[in-house]
Amino acid sequence: MKTSKQEYKGLCEGASPRSKLVKDCLWAFFVGGAICLAGECIRRMWLMSGKTLSDAAAMTSVTLVAASAFATAMGWYQKLASKAGAGTLVPITGFANAVVSPAIEFKTEGLVTGTAARMFLIAGPVLVYGLSASVVWGIVYAFLRPWL
Amino acid sequence: MKFLWAFLVGGGICVIGQLLLDLTALTPARILTSYVVAGVFLSAVGLYGPLVEFAGCGASVPLLGFGHLLAEGVRHAVDRSGFAGALWGGLGACAAGVTASLVCGLIAACFARSHDQN
Repeated sequence: MKTSKQEYKGLCEGASPRSKLVKDCLWAFFVGGAICLAGECIRRMWLMSGKTLSDAAAMTSVTLVAASAFATAMGWYQKLASKAGAGTLVPITGFANAVVSPAIEFKTEGLVTGTAARMFLIAGPVLVYGLSASVVWGIVYAFLRPWL
Repeated sequence: MKFLWAFLVGGGICVIGQLLLDLTALTPARILTSYVVAGVFLSAVGLYGPLVEFAGCGASVPLLGFGHLLAEGVRHAVDRSGFAGALWGGLGACAAGVTASLVCGLIAACFARSHDQN
């Protein structure tokens, strides 16, 4: 088949980014969904072991974080993340990965200025803006409460 | 049924993140940060609570759920102790997950060696 350079360029632009986008999204969907499904199973187990709703939710986070930390330490999480993108980034396991990964990476710079400081590379901004937003909401809620 | 919804809603939230990654210039750190702030906002306006009821971990495991946790914690703390609750409610609610992350990070740093990041 003969195609001019122009046509070929058009074909490339038309086909490749879109199919990459669809592939990325499918990976993100199935891996992200699977992590959430695993979370739901873990939550049911904590509930069955007699935890209250909020304790079970907290223990689910802790279990997922510990599992993610282990997978990160073994180097598995990064391998999965290179395929799954946001599927591994957006769940709480991604947050744990963002803490554990630099903690290991920067060990060579020492346990204080390396590991401990670099842990907050991504967790820091997340906490700063998340907590600030929650304080704003708390103040708004405290004002609105008499009328709610 | 709840398991299916957890999978579908959780996957859907991750796809939104993937679209942001691929179609915009947002870095992963910015996406995580925006997700948490968006979660606080969605929870504050009362949209996220019903989704958590409906999809369980499908809504609470993604970082939007982390924001929801902060907002709920602040709401309960303000109910209990007024304005001051705005300061400790958020961190109190997410204490388990955050502390677990930090402790796991420290343990991992002591025992694991560095891997190629990609």
